[in-house]
Amino acid sequence: MSDIKKFMYVNRTAPYGTIYAWESLEVVLIGAAFEQDVSVAFVDDGVFQLAKGQNTTELGIKNFSPTYAALGDYDVNKIYVEKESLEARGLTIDDLMDLKYEDEDDDWAEKDSIHVVTAAELADILEQQEVVFSF
Amino acid sequence: MKFAIQVNEGPYNHEASVSALNFVRAAVDAGHEIFRVFFYHDGVNNGTRYTTPPQDDINIVKAWSELAEKHNMDLVVCVAAAQRRGIVDEGEQERNGKDGNNIAPGFRISGLGQLVEAGIQSDRLVVFGD
Repeated sequence: MSDIKKFMYVNRTAPYGTIYAWESLEVVLIGAAFEQDVSVAFVDDGVFQLAKGQNTTELGIKNFSPTYAALGDYDVNKIYVEKESLEARGLTIDDLMDLKYEDEDDDWAEKDSIHVVTAAELADILEQQEVVFSF
Repeated sequence: MKFAIQVNEGPYNHEASVSALNFVRAAVDAGHEIFRVFFYHDGVNNGTRYTTPPQDDINIVKAWSELAEKHNMDLVVCVAAAQRRGIVDEGEQERNGKDGNNIAPGFRISGLGQLVEAGIQSDRLVVFGD
């Protein structure tokens, strides 16, 4: 496919309780094969999707959180987390998984995938998108 | 304008499906093109012909099927979401050794790539759901 579009996946729900988070991640992984300009946003309870140390043993359902670490290998390395959503839930970036990617344009230097942005900054980023999936 | 539609909710639990139906009808009436309707999450439940609502209620599945036939519309049910929720066509029945199938006329089961492709090919992607 010749034309590259700016794709953003907006995640708004907690990782467990509903299947939206997991099925969103499945779209992101499949979509990566289409080589679009992909970014992923986490807002509202969606920020919990990136919380580190998730343990679903007692829930009896699959813990899919390790999959987020693979996003860097799929060239999905623009991950935006809304600052206000973190703060409202008593979280900081230190509570989130340390997602990295290797920058092929910078001698494969390891870089952070997660960027904490304000709601206003995220609005600007959203404004630039051509295709927005919301989950 | 060329639209891609994503339906994320089941037909009777949530208004998203009927809203999508109304949107699609209005878009077609206004001369727009619907590139594809993609059913994801519980939205795959829009695609079972076993749905039997009371007679005084709208038959949402049938409405989709009729729309597909009338306008030759591409209605795609996500295979991964469908497998979790028991939406089966003949191919899936054979592959997974099921004793029957329930896909409604006009729907087909395919992969998530169809959703991404719809986003790429269309001028607008409109998502219906929470």
